[in-house]
Amino acid sequence: MQTAKTLKDYRREVDQALANDFLRQAMDNFAVAYRASRANAFAGLDVDRLVADVAGAKDQALAGLDALYARFKAKAEALGIRVHLAATADEANRIIAAIARENRVATVIKSKSMTAEETLLNHHLEAEGLTVTETDLGEWIIQLRHEGPSHMVMPAIHLSRFQVAELFSQVTGQKQDAEIQRLVKVARRELRRKFAEADMGISGANFAIAETGTIGLVTNEGNARLVTTLPRVHVALVGLDKLVPDLHTALQILRVLPRNATGQAITSYVTWISGPAEYGGPGGTAKQMHIVFLDNGRRALARDPIFAQVLRCVRCGACANVCPVYRMVGGHQYGHIYIGAIGLIVTYFFHGREKARHLVQNCINCGACKAVCAAGIDLPRLIKEVHARIQDEEGHPIESVMLSLVLKNRRLFHTLLRSAQIAQKPVTDQTQYLRHLPHIFSRQHNFRALPAIAEKAFRDQWEQIAPVVPKPRMKVALFASCVQDFVYPEQLLAGVRLLAAHGVAVAFPMGQSCCGLPVAMMGEKQAAHSVACQNVAALAPERYDYVVTLCASCASHLKHAYPRMLGSRAQTFADKVQPLSVLLNDILGLDSRLFPVQAGAAAVTYHAPCHLCRGLGVHAAPQALVRAAGYRFAPAAEEETCCGFGGTYSAKFPEISAQILAKKLADAGRTGADLLVTECPGCVMQLRGGAKRQGLGLQVAHLAEVLVKKMKAKR
Amino acid sequence: MPPGTDRGRHPAAAQTFRRAAEKVSAIVRDVASLDEALAYTVRLCDTKEACELLATGCAEPLSPGAAALCERKQTKIMAAPGLPPELWTRFEELCRPRGITLADGPLRDHLAGIDIGVTIADYGIAETGTLVIDSSSEALRLATMISEIHVAILPLSRLRETAHDLEPELTARMQTPANYLAFITGASRTADIERVLAIGVHGPLELHILLLEDR
Repeated sequence: MQTAKTLKDYRREVDQALANDFLRQAMDNFAVAYRASRANAFAGLDVDRLVADVAGAKDQALAGLDALYARFKAKAEALGIRVHLAATADEANRIIAAIARENRVATVIKSKSMTAEETLLNHHLEAEGLTVTETDLGEWIIQLRHEGPSHMVMPAIHLSRFQVAELFSQVTGQKQDAEIQRLVKVARRELRRKFAEADMGISGANFAIAETGTIGLVTNEGNARLVTTLPRVHVALVGLDKLVPDLHTALQILRVLPRNATGQAITSYVTWISGPAEYGGPGGTAKQMHIVFLDNGRRALARDPIFAQVLRCVRCGACANVCPVYRMVGGHQYGHIYIGAIGLIVTYFFHGREKARHLVQNCINCGACKAVCAAGIDLPRLIKEVHARIQDEEGHPIESVMLSLVLKNRRLFHTLLRSAQIAQKPVTDQTQYLRHLPHIFSRQHNFRALPAIAEKAFRDQWEQIAPVVPKPRMKVALFASCVQDFVYPEQLLAGVRLLAAHGVAVAFPMGQSCCGLPVAMMGEKQAAHSVACQNVAALAPERYDYVVTLCASCASHLKHAYPRMLGSRAQTFADKVQPLSVLLNDILGLDSRLFPVQAGAAAVTYHAPCHLCRGLGVHAAPQALVRAAGYRFAPAAEEETCCGFGGTYSAKFPEISAQILAKKLADAGRTGADLLVTECPGCVMQLRGGAKRQGLGLQVAHLAEVLVKKMKAKR
Repeated sequence: MPPGTDRGRHPAAAQTFRRAAEKVSAIVRDVASLDEALAYTVRLCDTKEACELLATGCAEPLSPGAAALCERKQTKIMAAPGLPPELWTRFEELCRPRGITLADGPLRDHLAGIDIGVTIADYGIAETGTLVIDSSSEALRLATMISEIHVAILPLSRLRETAHDLEPELTARMQTPANYLAFITGASRTADIERVLAIGVHGPLELHILLLEDR
């Protein structure tokens, strides 16, 4: 549970998590194993189609949430279920406590429910004098430790068998060995007794089916079946977002949920309860069944044009499984109660701004969560939206206000960058790297060497170097990333040479500015909108066949965020945006006459920029170009995992960024390649700086530079 | 017919079911008749090792309360609440000479655990190797929850490709109060400690599925 009061406190807690070796190893193993088992579980199925089905069905359900609730209530009451609606978490807790009092309940057993975690139900019931026992193994463990879950599906993933053995030794008063199979059996016996004694069982629900008044529970251990069977009272606490119209919709979700959560085709048990089932327990009474629906902001959220899709979430936990930051810091530092990307967002809505303020800044925007989401939720964008909303409510920090002001005025921005080139000279000592960082940067940047601003920006060289291409095959406008324009102009020069050699006329419209992604990342929506307008006007898309960029982040931002911000007028522009690799490989085709076969080619490995592979769906073009140019290609493990840059992220959370980077460089190192290639100046900055700081022999270059190196001088 | 071969009219579905169920470590066998299924189950109970007379977990060091519950289970017990009366009687006759008790009272008296619960599945879902069992009867429900081994007989005529193929039948059952419907796939499992798979955390440690040729 994340409760840090200040960003500084939060960073300190993150540092502690980074120092936890067991956690790091467990998370690493999990991240790698999860990808394989998920792929396995979806083999032969059309994942995109299944995800789109879930998204569509949930959107439809959410649009008619109140009607769906009314329908469910009528059906369920006809079956003999008592249905309650709680407006707030506290009200839900009070309703459940009242049910317990009315039925003279002393002991309660629970099966896993994130909704009950959301309302902190156990605390409430225990304060009322009730004995509450969690029966899901992981939940029981964390309950005994007085902790919150560190994962939505595997709540005790942060603990080792040794910690569990020690805990169980305390609980049983007997020495327990750290042997997992035996520990599980100890839990079985200890908990069986609790089941036998309990007066009331509390469950959650994965589905509430309006057509039949049925709740559906998806579990592996079988504890939910005992919780809903043995005690005389059953209470299900269910978020309103779990309402679905019919069994068909529930089964659609069930096809995706376990596969996406744990790589299982289906869980061991799926239980459908329609009414208080036969009860043969003591007292000769009939079973009582209650369903408490929780609103806690959900009805308002369902009507929100931007955030309604948050309620599509089926709580599979996959967004945490693939998140490079979660992998480094674990669940207790990556959510308040709900964990992972979805947790960053819903914390704001369910638990308030206070709890969400720092968390939403800890997204590196790599898009891995969005790519894996069971319900197709645009998680990275919504995290940014929450960030922006919090800043609008609380006031914007001075740094992002300043940057916004500067970016909105292109001339000022570019002038400042040029003068920085002069100002840095005493600092860089005329070398290619900033040797001593100016004091405005924290020393934590030292995990990588930062490059210096180039002597002469690309835009200031353009007039001299613009190539003349007679009878061009096509006309393209070059969009330069600021980093390339002012730090790595050589990357753009290489790109221009490649395009000219392929018969492409390249224009460089001078009115262009920063794409706006950095300010969007800082929650400065207005500035992001303003620079987007400037760029669309400056690039005049109707005059070119394509707008090409050598920066994956710019490309993804131009293509996806511009139409979202500016509407249809930016669509033509967005449609024409292509990264260099796609233009060269898929559209133009690399001219083999320019790349003569050479013996003893150097080995090249590749890092896929997040915004290229996930942002634009480009998975093969850069590698194909490397091969076609005559290099020996050596693929690295986890090619598509983030390098840890994330723009301003690496300045805000340098320790996390450094750890992600170390992993990336180790993967590249294991390929034995001499050269690491990527297609984004941000990744180059991160990777090259890291390789330099670590003293590795590995060279890091942009794809364009690597291709140009192999190109014959003249046709 | 040699074991492992299919005898159904939908060999593809039966194959798919078998593969999917075995993937989650269910034991799948073919049986030609209900009597063969009962004989199989009695043999299975008979060959359970003596040390397993102890309820699972009872060999571990436990707190006094949990240990006390262990002491309540002394003989081998099976339960078959879903069997038609005549079949139940035949089953009981098979059990008696072997000293196996076939429980006929409330299963709540046996929360310490029973050796084997026997059920007849209502449907099978080939895609995932899933049994669909209408568990509205409490005894039937408990038989599949507190048993160490669950033996389910699945008539092949009740096998469907996917869960979607069962929507009308299941929706109808859900509207008959009060209904408790179970999808069961493999044994009870957890990976909550270090993500290491452990079988039999709360429910059965083994699931045996007997595919019955009834067409």
